[in-house]
Amino acid sequence: MRARAGRVSLRAMGDAAWLRPALLLVIIVALWALAVQIFNIPAYLIPRPLDVAEAMVDQWQTLLAEAVPTTLATLGGFALSVAVGIPLAMLIAGSRTVESYVYPLLVFSQSVPKVAIAPLLVVWFGFGMLPKVLTAFLLGVFPIVVSGVQGFKSVDPEMRDLVRSMRADWLQSFAYVNLPQALPSIFSGLKVSVTLAVVGAVVGEFVGANSGIGFVLQRSIGNFELPTMFAALVILALIGVILFWLIELVERIVVPWQASRRVDVAATA
Amino acid sequence: MRIATSRVAETGPAAAGPVPIPPVAAPLIGIRDLSKTYRTKAGETPTLSSVSLDVRAGEFVAVVGPSGCGKSTLMKLVAGLIPATSGEISIEGRPVREPPDDVGIVFQSPVLLAWRSVLGNVMLPVDVRRLDRARYRERALQLLETAGLKGFETRYPWQLSGGMQQRAAICRALVHDPAILLMDEPFGALDAMTREHMNVELQRIHGATGKTILFITHSIPEAVFLADRVVVMSPRPGRIEAVYDVELPRPRDLEMMGERGFIALVKRIRGHFAAIGALD
Repeated sequence: MRARAGRVSLRAMGDAAWLRPALLLVIIVALWALAVQIFNIPAYLIPRPLDVAEAMVDQWQTLLAEAVPTTLATLGGFALSVAVGIPLAMLIAGSRTVESYVYPLLVFSQSVPKVAIAPLLVVWFGFGMLPKVLTAFLLGVFPIVVSGVQGFKSVDPEMRDLVRSMRADWLQSFAYVNLPQALPSIFSGLKVSVTLAVVGAVVGEFVGANSGIGFVLQRSIGNFELPTMFAALVILALIGVILFWLIELVERIVVPWQASRRVDVAATA
Repeated sequence: MRIATSRVAETGPAAAGPVPIPPVAAPLIGIRDLSKTYRTKAGETPTLSSVSLDVRAGEFVAVVGPSGCGKSTLMKLVAGLIPATSGEISIEGRPVREPPDDVGIVFQSPVLLAWRSVLGNVMLPVDVRRLDRARYRERALQLLETAGLKGFETRYPWQLSGGMQQRAAICRALVHDPAILLMDEPFGALDAMTREHMNVELQRIHGATGKTILFITHSIPEAVFLADRVVVMSPRPGRIEAVYDVELPRPRDLEMMGERGFIALVKRIRGHFAAIGALD
């Protein structure tokens, strides 16, 4: 009886969305600690989780300070991705001619490794914020364009006819139909984009910066300060997760019909 | 406002038009020698071939035909959504070159906007046409009430059943009070019971409002039940094969579908398709 009650409450707790991944994380960290112990891995290869936690506690002020430029570069690159990606997606979805010229080149440009371009950006724009923002942009813009094109093209042809039969002008059909129709798709692109923008910012910091989490990563690996390096990785992951979560929050406010559609309340005629 | 002026302005060109003898009552919709050929990379697809049809004001005309006979093309042409290859369509004597103001359209799918409430969806034509919101809101609410959607105004489309969604779509087509209602297989996606119910409903709307309705369907009983005239179309390229007057008394109820006159007419119309092997 007691065992059964325990199982039920455990399942109820498992229903909280954050609990399952948290549980998995605890298991992974435990396995990590166990593996370091059992296989006797030296600390300069893989530090113990406890060492990482210690490094985080000791250096939290530095880490937090260095997280600021990385976050700013990420946000800058992301904002640029949105500002360029969404209008570009509108153009591609709206015109076959533009699509035939631009889309193949865009896909081609995606196969050029951004990591290889990053040093070039430093040569052009020097050390500092701009090259970081640009690498974040280069990584972040593609998913927005792809999801945007898909979203803008998802308008039902009958809906298009309907709006045209009301003699809607371009702006009206965009505001009343095309944009809201594209929003769910755009938001899924934004979520991918923001995590990639974090990667882009760090890549930018790798090749030419004297601040930011990417810089901390490089310095600590140069000095064999593995716990610091792992702590920096955790910070980096946190930046990504928080930004992702923020976009999901905005999505819930801007696209409420998408979330509410999951709740199946159908009336009968 | 715009609707009223367009009605007054039309009489002139109709009299001066190419039709030599004006009919007793000038047709509201005049279709002359209408042809449509789609040109694609794969070649030319003749879809409609010299279709001529007059629809009088207040008349309910149903068009039946096998799939691919150009029924939907005919409707898009009348709605001014696509240009004709040759021939002419006029509404109130004025040639259709762009979507006319005096027309409401219902498609097979309700195409409601998921982010607008039921009332918001019905009000969409008012917003797009920049009409007086306050005045038309009253009308929209009234339409929803007669459509049995009272209490659902603030709900969202996904909270409604298919039949209710289609009723909301009909309200949307009627909200700006157009003289003509174009319906392209509006009940094709509904289950049989809901469909019959909607047929009765539409007949009531037709009787109460006196709208002119051009109704595309592939259901012969539905066409006979609803229409004053049934236009039979042949497979591609679509031509008018025959036109039947339905002289069954109104209002018609579902019981009538079992009566001899009804069955005989359905059978005769079905004969057209059996002969060319195009149906079932």
